[in-house]
Amino acid sequence: NEGKELSKEEKQRLRKQKKQQKKQKERKNEKSETEKEKTPVSLLPPPRPVATQKAPSALPAPASAPIPVPASAPFHSSPAPSPADKPAKSKAELKAERRARQETDRAAKQPGSSSSGIKTKVPLSELNPVVKRLPEHVQVDDPAVVKRLAKKLERQQIPLRSDYGYKVSLFSHLHQYSRKAPLTQQLSIPSTVIHPSIVRLGLQYSQGIVAGSNARSVALLHAFKQVIRDYTTPPNEELSRDLVNKLKPYISFLNQCRPLSASMGNAIKYIKKEISNIPSQCKEEEAKTKLLTCIDRYIEEKIVLAAKAISKYAIEKISDGDVILVYGCSSLVNNILCEAFEKSRKFRVIVVDSRPRLEGREALRRLVQRGISCTYVLISALSYILPEVSKVFLGAHALLANGYVMSRVGTSQIALVARTFNVPVLVCCETYKFCEKVQTDSFVSNELDDPDDLMVTRKGKTQLENWQDVSSLGLLNLVYDVTPPDFVDLVITDLGMIPCTSVPVVLRVKNLDQ
Amino acid sequence: MPGADKEADLTERIEAFLADLKRGGCGTGPIRGSGETARETTALLRKVTAQARWSSAGDLMEIIRKEGRRMTAAQPSETTVGNMVLRVLKIIREEYARSRGSSEETDQQESLHKLQHFVHLKANVIEAINELLTELDGTTDNIAMQALEHIHSNEVIMTVGRSRTVEAFLKDAARKRKFHVIVAECAPFCQGHEMATNLSKASIETTVIADAAIFAVMSRVNKVIIGTQTVLANGGLRAVNGTHTVALAARHHSTPLIVCAPMFKLSPQFPNEEDTFHKFVSPHEVLPFTEGEILSKVNVHCPVFDYVPPELITLFISNIGGNAPSYIYRLMSELYHPEDHDL
Repeated sequence: NEGKELSKEEKQRLRKQKKQQKKQKERKNEKSETEKEKTPVSLLPPPRPVATQKAPSALPAPASAPIPVPASAPFHSSPAPSPADKPAKSKAELKAERRARQETDRAAKQPGSSSSGIKTKVPLSELNPVVKRLPEHVQVDDPAVVKRLAKKLERQQIPLRSDYGYKVSLFSHLHQYSRKAPLTQQLSIPSTVIHPSIVRLGLQYSQGIVAGSNARSVALLHAFKQVIRDYTTPPNEELSRDLVNKLKPYISFLNQCRPLSASMGNAIKYIKKEISNIPSQCKEEEAKTKLLTCIDRYIEEKIVLAAKAISKYAIEKISDGDVILVYGCSSLVNNILCEAFEKSRKFRVIVVDSRPRLEGREALRRLVQRGISCTYVLISALSYILPEVSKVFLGAHALLANGYVMSRVGTSQIALVARTFNVPVLVCCETYKFCEKVQTDSFVSNELDDPDDLMVTRKGKTQLENWQDVSSLGLLNLVYDVTPPDFVDLVITDLGMIPCTSVPVVLRVKNLDQ
Repeated sequence: MPGADKEADLTERIEAFLADLKRGGCGTGPIRGSGETARETTALLRKVTAQARWSSAGDLMEIIRKEGRRMTAAQPSETTVGNMVLRVLKIIREEYARSRGSSEETDQQESLHKLQHFVHLKANVIEAINELLTELDGTTDNIAMQALEHIHSNEVIMTVGRSRTVEAFLKDAARKRKFHVIVAECAPFCQGHEMATNLSKASIETTVIADAAIFAVMSRVNKVIIGTQTVLANGGLRAVNGTHTVALAARHHSTPLIVCAPMFKLSPQFPNEEDTFHKFVSPHEVLPFTEGEILSKVNVHCPVFDYVPPELITLFISNIGGNAPSYIYRLMSELYHPEDHDL
């Protein structure tokens, strides 16, 4: 037992030192002009005595502030004339001390440790995330990226989904898939790599059976719960590391079925963090129950209770005699309206819908079932219906860090026309949908849906039937668009009612909490 | 008797025309385009002038007014019919004034009922109506000829629904320049699809988008070129639904909004948000009967037209050239006589 624990500690230490080596190598490559010697030998673990004298000059870490004090020590000792043995030993000791200090500082950088270390480190950790890698799904026009993705998927044994149809030139950097060719057709049955509940989930996503930000996240979390229940740790592996690696191909598969939403991304980050924080001496059963309760708590807190809190705030904004306009089918907005109706507020609802998804019909059914009096129009009749409207309630897919609201395509249009008619626009969004991305237009990062959906048959004639044969004709079926913050008057979140521009403040508070 | 036959023939033609107008009230627009309606109206009025029994200019105008009232009652939203009637009335006034040689307005009212210069008046009026017909024949070509002045190469142009004038305009420009057109499909009638297929057959790069994506793609659009059903007296438009959204999005991105409208669409009506402005068609296009139970509990609206205020419009291109919206009132005063505005 003790032998195993020792080896685990050694393994951790080795891993950390390898990380240090990598970082030092990167720094050295940058400073190769200034540094004349490269001494990888000096970076061996401290128990082994180091013989080289030039090592201290390679070590001064450029970025860490608390380090200069110990780093300056060798500078004092190296020019001092002294016999060869003694300065070497003292240098080795100093090096060991320095390395120990570096390790403690690195441990302090990890979350959940003393706050004193954090004050100096916060500017660093804020600088690091700036250099993010661009996600693959907005680089489809770059063949190198596509090849890299294909290799990664091959390694994970997941089929690659191919694009369909002629893509409009403005959007050649995005994927465009056909609903008639789901990814699951290329999988073998039974799939050895992917858990069956994940396969089912992927199919539900790609066919549009499960749609809507909240619904997708909840379905994802339930599928992950099933995965965790069926998981057994293989021998010689740790649950915290192995489970995360098991989840990676699942996430790639779901990404191929339908690009992940911001809320799903946040949920996955949370799960991965929870899994990695499982202590290594935890038994498997205990760990699994812990994870399952974590997921349940996440759903309860971030989605269910958040919806209750948002309804409470929103109901204050609904008065008797109101005419409320909603767009499409947002589970949150429907919830708010049903609760307000139960609290005996007198209002009527106008549901605006748009082709080709026609999600408003679902919202209409739910509201009419509760007994709310509704009107239904298409989005082209917006200018006709808006003079009657007193408030507009919109749902959101994600709130971006620069205050833009990313939502179903058509939302920005409604906000624009509502602003012209001086009708207040209220966006309802839970905080788990806030994301750190920034975007100013709907082109750079979007989703292209199946272009065949735009075809319609009227009076027995389908005008666009053979659109594929005509080379100069393209169909564009966008899924999302971004609304500028000056069109939105108020955002109702579970933390309260905030203006659109306060989103980065909320993100910062959330990051510090974690 | 040949006279009776001719009269019967005339009334038959008028009845057929009225029936067509009434039937053309569904959302996809009239069975024929507005240009054809204008031509048909003018041809009928010419026949009426030739065959009806009248003895003075006043009588003729009374007959024309009566026929005009019948025609506009058949389909009030088809304003070209009323416009042509007003044009013919103005022609009669002008010809009368010319044949009398006087330019005083005050005299005209009483003297119209007098009998003078009857025979020449009839010939002159019919000749003037023929000129009007030739003008009508050439409107689309006149507008299309101006296309190259307004479209440069590698532009992205947005249009809404289907307009024969805009189609001709773009096809003419495409003969010499290469550009990209984005067509908003304009639900629920989806006339944009037909426009897109026609344009792509002329080898113009076309993209069809859903109405909901208008604002999303507007930032990449260089110009918006639309057609309209009617140009109102204040310079505003009565256009297919969804046009107001396009106009607002264009104003937000400071994109010029160009309206291609021939002169016969200019109407002396002012916009009023009451009964006569909006026209509604059967809502089964919006919410089909297959939706079942909820249909009885829900109000569904399917308006056909949108009002676009003149501040959102940059330019009108008509067969007599380009004009700013603020100049429309002047053009209207040249086309129609103020006395005739109420038929």
